[in-house]
Amino acid sequence: MTKQTRAVGARRSGKDRRGVLLVALSAVFALSVVAGCDRGGETSGAPGRGFHQAPQSDGALTVWVDSTRLAAAKLYRQSHPSAKLNIVTYDGDANGSNYLQTKVSLFNRTRKGWPDVVFSTQNNETSWAVQAGFTAPLNTGLIPQATLAGWARGANDPCVVNGTLYCLRNDLAQTVLWYNAALMRKWGYPVPATWEDYEALGKKVATGHTGYLVGSAGDNFTPEIYMWASKCGANQITGPKAVTVNTTSPNCTRMAALLDTLVKNKTMSKSSVFSSDFDKNEASRILMLPGPAWFGGALFQGTFKTPKGQITAAPMPHWSADSTPTAGNVGGGTWLLSAHSAHLKAATDFLTWVTTSDDYQGKVAPGYPAYAPAAKTWLANQASSHYYENDISGTLQAAAGQVWPGWGYGQFSQEAIWAATVIPGMTAGKAMVSLLPAWQKAIVNYARADGYQVKVGQ
Amino acid sequence: MSTPSVPGDRAGSPSGRRAWWPGRAGHGFVAPYAVLLIAFGVVPTGYAIDFAFTDAAGHFAGLANFTTVAGDFRFAAAGAHVALYLLFWLASLVVLVVGLALLLHNLAARGVGTALRFLYYIPGALAGAASVMVWLFMLDPTVSPAGFLLRTFGLDTFGQVIAPGHLPLVLTGIAFWTGAGGWIVVMHGALNNISPDLLEAARIDGAGRWQIARHIQIPLLRKWIVYMVILAFAVGAQLFVEPQLLSQASNGVAGRDYSLNQLSYDFAFQNDDLGAAAALSVGLLLVSLVVAVLFVVKSGFFDAE
Repeated sequence: MTKQTRAVGARRSGKDRRGVLLVALSAVFALSVVAGCDRGGETSGAPGRGFHQAPQSDGALTVWVDSTRLAAAKLYRQSHPSAKLNIVTYDGDANGSNYLQTKVSLFNRTRKGWPDVVFSTQNNETSWAVQAGFTAPLNTGLIPQATLAGWARGANDPCVVNGTLYCLRNDLAQTVLWYNAALMRKWGYPVPATWEDYEALGKKVATGHTGYLVGSAGDNFTPEIYMWASKCGANQITGPKAVTVNTTSPNCTRMAALLDTLVKNKTMSKSSVFSSDFDKNEASRILMLPGPAWFGGALFQGTFKTPKGQITAAPMPHWSADSTPTAGNVGGGTWLLSAHSAHLKAATDFLTWVTTSDDYQGKVAPGYPAYAPAAKTWLANQASSHYYENDISGTLQAAAGQVWPGWGYGQFSQEAIWAATVIPGMTAGKAMVSLLPAWQKAIVNYARADGYQVKVGQ
Repeated sequence: MSTPSVPGDRAGSPSGRRAWWPGRAGHGFVAPYAVLLIAFGVVPTGYAIDFAFTDAAGHFAGLANFTTVAGDFRFAAAGAHVALYLLFWLASLVVLVVGLALLLHNLAARGVGTALRFLYYIPGALAGAASVMVWLFMLDPTVSPAGFLLRTFGLDTFGQVIAPGHLPLVLTGIAFWTGAGGWIVVMHGALNNISPDLLEAARIDGAGRWQIARHIQIPLLRKWIVYMVILAFAVGAQLFVEPQLLSQASNGVAGRDYSLNQLSYDFAFQNDDLGAAAALSVGLLLVSLVVAVLFVVKSGFFDAE
């Protein structure tokens, strides 16, 4: 890649032939004219706020999924032999790759090519897709209210813009307190119900069982586990383009101080749970690990290969000043339906099936289904695997309804901001409490760059 | 697209006037390149200029896109990063490439030169992004073959190696290792062009190695050095692959929004502002052109010998 860029740059500056220059300039002029025409045409069809249906026709339904959700599309094809499905796999927009947004803005330019249904691993797609005129409203006639009522409370919040539903949540990623029940029992520790107890237990582990961990704060989603659960107002999306940011309130500082204490006494890891370093040196020394629902299958069972019958989950601790636990959330994908679809009926069928069916969500899906009836089947399946020390259904189910609603989904990536502003400071040994103002400043800057009205404080 | 027809038209002009057109073969060779240059170099540049002066609806926007870029909170930082990087990278390039080429030229007589020349060139033979990937392993103390060296500097984790203050050095190291080898070979070739008689005469007059290098070889290399600086400046100002890959490898901890080109990329694909992205790249092109013109004029680059 670099080589090519270098070569082009090289020749450009060495350009000295008048003939070539003349041809080049005329080409530039011609192209500018063409480009101008293109965009002139586009503005005449400017996307309105309403939902204008495209002329409907028969034909194959184009569905974009990531590799994990490929199973869902294939299963649909199997169980609906008459449906014509054109399945396209893409990166699922993972890690904020913005692939979908880039492609849709190109399709908007060419006025064709949009997929009918898309799966995204991101929860914040509506932040741009509604404005781009890409997503169709789902609660204004496409999907019956009775079906929509089946989603877990708040699960579809990331999909609501100005009271209209623009996507459907695939799975939930509510946080719980994962812990090694065998070790806790052996050492006679009760599972902490409050963050104060959790911190006290961390101090005890630091002196009594050096090397063991009560959590990890080394990932980009650390704020979504700890700060979100502590009701820290870092990301209060108050409107389609409005956000309130306050990272220095007591709700934030109490959690930052707790993390500082535990990082200092080395019971809180600074490594990412996905790093080879963590897997090699720390995975076998986990006493507790606050984290999302998918930690159980993806981390303990899949990556760490923790033996059967040790790990289980408890509700997230809560501050003693608060009466009930509040959970954070780390991910969980969404499904979008294109407003440009020429096969709305088939697209709606597919969308409904893929988000609600027991056959996929209940029995095949890797994550905790956002659709509550499917979640019941899913939990029963998990229980029958007997991997966990006891039944975690109740804990996960309760946590699904406890995700604090004050943390929204903006166009800017909170994970990327945390990675670039807080993690280097932590690596350099700075206290997290001292990094909170810099974190706030970065959120404000990135939000403004995306055109958000930013309110600071409260 | 019209270029290939240009020589064709002329060749097909009334016959008899000139049976054999002297430039035909040369133009034939250049034509495919000119087509590619126009399609992938000039037209995109024109496209970018068009975007830079229009808003999202396609109306003329004056300098609005440029003020958006200048007012963005990432712009000053990215500009400073690139300036610092250019300083490190150009200085290391000029000093080390010329020094190593002279060394190579001196050793050539003794037979080890060929092996060394090959050794210098190897990293350059790897594709750009691939050679950056190699560095990502080199910089991680847990897997690096040079991990002991990193640890002697007190760097125990990848996170410590890529701390914000280390990035100019890290990126210069990567760029030098991947890009300098080719230039050493070029300089070596230029040194070979210097007449042995000239060096012989200097030696007879009592000049030592250092004096020959200082008063004969380096002055005769001047145009090559200017050429290298112009191209290296353009490449350096377009810094993108190194910090972008670093950013991906570190999950965004280091290298995000680091360079101006990355900022342009973010404007286009994260902030959905193609106008600002184009304005920034046009600005970069202007700076590179101005620097190139300055160097060309000051050094008499195109003066006949």
